[in-house]
Amino acid sequence: MKTNIYFDNAATTPVRKEVYDEILPYFMQYYGNASSIYTIARESKKALEKAREQVAKALNANIDEIYFTAGGSESDNFALKGIAEAMGKKGKHIITTQIEHHAILHTCEYLQQRGFEITYLPVDEYGKISLEELKNAIRKDTILISVMFANNEIGTIQPIKEIGAIAKEKGVYFHTDAVQAVGHVKIDVKEMNIDLLSLSGHKICAPKGIGAIYIKKGVAINPLIHGGAQEKRRRAGTENIADIVGLGKAIELANEEIEQNVTKVSALRDKLINGILEKIPYSKLNGHPTDRLPGNCNISFEFIEGESMLLLLDSKGIAASSGSACTSGSLDPSHVLLAIGLPHEKAHGSLRMTLEHYNTEKEVDIVLEELPAIVSKLRDMSPLYETFLKQQK
Amino acid sequence: MEYSNKVMEHFMNPKNVGEMENPSGVGIVGNAKCGDIMKVYIDVENGIIKDAKFKTFGCGAAIATSSMATELVKGKNIQQALEITNKVVMEALDGLPPVKVHCSCLAEEALHAALWDYAQKNHIVIEGLKKPVEDIEHLHNH
Repeated sequence: MKTNIYFDNAATTPVRKEVYDEILPYFMQYYGNASSIYTIARESKKALEKAREQVAKALNANIDEIYFTAGGSESDNFALKGIAEAMGKKGKHIITTQIEHHAILHTCEYLQQRGFEITYLPVDEYGKISLEELKNAIRKDTILISVMFANNEIGTIQPIKEIGAIAKEKGVYFHTDAVQAVGHVKIDVKEMNIDLLSLSGHKICAPKGIGAIYIKKGVAINPLIHGGAQEKRRRAGTENIADIVGLGKAIELANEEIEQNVTKVSALRDKLINGILEKIPYSKLNGHPTDRLPGNCNISFEFIEGESMLLLLDSKGIAASSGSACTSGSLDPSHVLLAIGLPHEKAHGSLRMTLEHYNTEKEVDIVLEELPAIVSKLRDMSPLYETFLKQQK
Repeated sequence: MEYSNKVMEHFMNPKNVGEMENPSGVGIVGNAKCGDIMKVYIDVENGIIKDAKFKTFGCGAAIATSSMATELVKGKNIQQALEITNKVVMEALDGLPPVKVHCSCLAEEALHAALWDYAQKNHIVIEGLKKPVEDIEHLHNH
């Protein structure tokens, strides 16, 4: 029987039933434009502000510090380009890391072409930046530090509070791409000294195409989308009420359940990681052993390539992802795996499985049963493994 | 990106996987850095390719093209073997996604490299066959 195991929750998640139910009335019943004044529109406005409160509460932010966007990528673009434009006269230096999501990296490249200077902090073998290197990188003309909260590929969580403290001391804005962390790691923007934070709905069981950005009161930032007066003139466009309602509900649920989910999901993750490392020789965990997202398992298997693994897993009804070149459409494997020092061939052989609260121990058991045979099958086909075995003799 | 049924068939149940003792020719192409290595063995008797085997490190398309290329070359004479181009392999697989076309090129090169090795060992010249580009440093340094 073909199973159906979804272990790719860092890519996207299904919408939760409670979220779906909450959204539905906003398509046909409460369709009013939140900017209008009649009764039906007031329902939209009310829903919008309720969702804003839900998001603010999850981050310990003030309600008027939350702005809705069309997703994590827009929030990242808004943070970087908006700060660059507003602060460009003060300085043109931005500090980020080598392992950011492309929404940050490609935006930085764009800003580089427009006269900004970017420092890309390296990371250690576990994917962490060095606070010392961060301090040393800060200059008089540094206007922004952007460090992701938790990495989407290897799950490593950065010392956000410490980074926030450094940024505050030096008087530099601190932005964090928390798309993977929200709902999975406790976040307190005040305690962590975060000035800007990007988040996305579809990583926490809300629909795709909805996100938000937290902008601390007083931060100087230019809008990315110009037009109407929505979102206090910082993000124009008629609000996507249905999905905003969904994001509000999803983040509220994720936050309410965070403790039990972290306990449950990390136990599943550890069983999966330990099981794989025990059963499959020449395999290695990528990312930090403990400071990692509760659901993230990223393992490299020597002598084989990731896409083949994914296809064989898919044939068993298991959905996962890989940092191999073949899954990125280029000849280079994941920039994150290269940044933690993996040689190309091991980066090609990486497998990422990301778990959520609805995944089960039974599913982990099935993967642990199927994966060793898949790896063996590919190794038996691999000329690298053949050479390796001959050298062992 | 989606693979044809034929590609999936050859990926899931590849033909001719394995090594060969005393092959007439061996060809290795590609490198681990870009994620594809193909090693093709051929057994030539009286100018006919009696058998072919392969080992491949790579994606689904790399494995499927290795399987198809070795399948196509069996029973062919040297001249016919040279006519097995990447296009022929690709057509036999009902096409490949555009980003995977280079896999079929690798299959052609691996076959040609094996034929070149055969020609070298037997001091013969195969008309129209060029020396393969060797790019296998990573295989040996591993």
